[in-house]
Amino acid sequence: MAVKKISKVQPDKFEFSKKNIETADSIIKNYPAGKQQSAVMALLYLAQKQNDNWIPLSAMKYIAKYLDMPYIKVYEVATFYSMYNLTPVGKYFFQVCTTTPCMLRGAYNLVDVCKRKISEEENRLSEDGKTSWLEVECLGACVNAPMLQLNEDYYEDLDPTKLEQIIDKINNDEIPQPGSYRGRLSSEPENTRKTLIGDKNA
Amino acid sequence: MLEDKDRIFQNLYNDFGADLASAKQRGDWKDTKEICGKGREWIINEIKASELRGRGGAGFPTGLKWSFAPKEVGSRPHYLVINADESEPGTCKDRDILRFEPHKLIEGCLIASYAVNAHKCYIYIRGEYFNEGQKLQTAIDEAYKDGLLGKNSAGTDWELDIYIHYGAGAYICGEETALLESIEGKKGQPRLKPPFPALIGLYGCPTIINNVETISVVPTILRRGGKWFSSLGRPKNTGSKIYCISGNVNNPCNVEEEMGISLKELIEKHAGGVIGGWDNLKAVIPGGSSMPLLPKETCETIKMDFDACVENKTGLGTAGIVVINKDQDIIKCMARIARFYKHESCGQCTPCREGSGWMWRMLERMAKGEATRDEVDMLLDVTKQIEGHTICAFGEGSSWPVQGLIRNFKDEIIERNKFDPIVKKQKDIPYLIDQHLLEKENA
Repeated sequence: MAVKKISKVQPDKFEFSKKNIETADSIIKNYPAGKQQSAVMALLYLAQKQNDNWIPLSAMKYIAKYLDMPYIKVYEVATFYSMYNLTPVGKYFFQVCTTTPCMLRGAYNLVDVCKRKISEEENRLSEDGKTSWLEVECLGACVNAPMLQLNEDYYEDLDPTKLEQIIDKINNDEIPQPGSYRGRLSSEPENTRKTLIGDKNA
Repeated sequence: MLEDKDRIFQNLYNDFGADLASAKQRGDWKDTKEICGKGREWIINEIKASELRGRGGAGFPTGLKWSFAPKEVGSRPHYLVINADESEPGTCKDRDILRFEPHKLIEGCLIASYAVNAHKCYIYIRGEYFNEGQKLQTAIDEAYKDGLLGKNSAGTDWELDIYIHYGAGAYICGEETALLESIEGKKGQPRLKPPFPALIGLYGCPTIINNVETISVVPTILRRGGKWFSSLGRPKNTGSKIYCISGNVNNPCNVEEEMGISLKELIEKHAGGVIGGWDNLKAVIPGGSSMPLLPKETCETIKMDFDACVENKTGLGTAGIVVINKDQDIIKCMARIARFYKHESCGQCTPCREGSGWMWRMLERMAKGEATRDEVDMLLDVTKQIEGHTICAFGEGSSWPVQGLIRNFKDEIIERNKFDPIVKKQKDIPYLIDQHLLEKENA
């Protein structure tokens, strides 16, 4: 199981913005009446996005009231799932996949770049406080290994030089183009396609 | 090799675009009304005749699963749940279906919902696939606009609503009952079976859970007939399947091929061969990280379908093929997989919670050569203590890869771990600190 640390510095208050209240209400409508607890995962994610990529305890209490459920149940969910950050992370949050298929193709070289260019330890903010990185388990893009997730986008087919370029761009507040960095569009075999030939880039 | 016209996922590489207009051009949503008009019995029988087996890993016959749903709707509504929580290392097929063939999935949802009497369908997508989920949402919105969903979906008298539920990074939520717990807004910890979800599932109501790929092939099967599908592959292992080939190959790729294609052909032809040539091959994980690995000798001959893999003491699983060549340290690769399972164990059953970490720590030491010779047998014993002693199949999933490693590469582990704590030659020295270790036979 993953170890989750709760931040020692906590804001006193949390409230959804007006727009997020609308979104939250429309999500709750997706579930049958009386089953509003189902929306807790989506609402935690909304709170995380609103609060600079992490969830304070006050947000959990707020969501518990919002969904009329015990606070401890929200806390359980927030600590169980690995995508909820309970301590502040960078505005640009790099998650490097290092599970075996990525490892075979050199994911640990990407980790070295992150250590050098972002911060020595994972989950520690960089010097300018904008970026942080984390080693995560399989992100489900094994054919495009090695890869990483930057906030919500996937950056695939990387190598250390390309990752350095990406980090340089991020440090200048530019968002680099997501997707494959070897120029292929999806998960097709590069240059040697043997199937669906008639359609190739039709 | 499968002919191009027989491939179900024509847009696997996104040559045409995933929008509704181009999906219709590829034949999606054609005659959906007529198919549903033939009735539930016909749909289920046709799927049974096609011998379609679930594509999510376990390979359970889909027609049979659907027939478990109560025939009449009682006081509780029925639900259809689509499992798009694809997290098995080595597998990335569902991602391409969500991105590039969303309408096949949505049409399949409609037909399956009709067959199992469900008016509501939840698609559980892993949280990391946020962009893929957005693309699917766009496709769902398109379908609503075109009258293909909602009241009188696609001209049938069936009402269907589809909702997306995002996960948040838990591998265990791919297990069907954990997935239901997660939709209900709880921790994703699997439930005991029975009762099976077909009778008591989501919110205590009858629920049918299928993988994305399983549902996406249903419309094509019904259009072309169950006989056509069962003519591909061999009996009980029919149809086509998306294989994901990753790891040490020249051109890692996803490819749709006939069931029972040989592993060598997949690697050599579609994935451009092993890096360093076929002779440089060390081992292959044939079905996602949960399945035991295959040594090179077996890779020469094995056919990739459910039964052939079982005969070779492994499993097809999700068909995520991970190729490992001789430049890699096989023990380290398996140690990394063990770390994955240690990280993803939900912590509900003690054998899995404690055992997965134990296996990982032992394997890490074995990779460094710091373990003793006896520990190899101890490790095997630990895997046997986990396997079959947990609520869900995660116990098997975490222990099988380790068993596969020991079965095929035991010599290599022992070769590296020669350390022996017992000082044999000096065993008569009475004050030897390790004396108690010698007496373990009498202990």
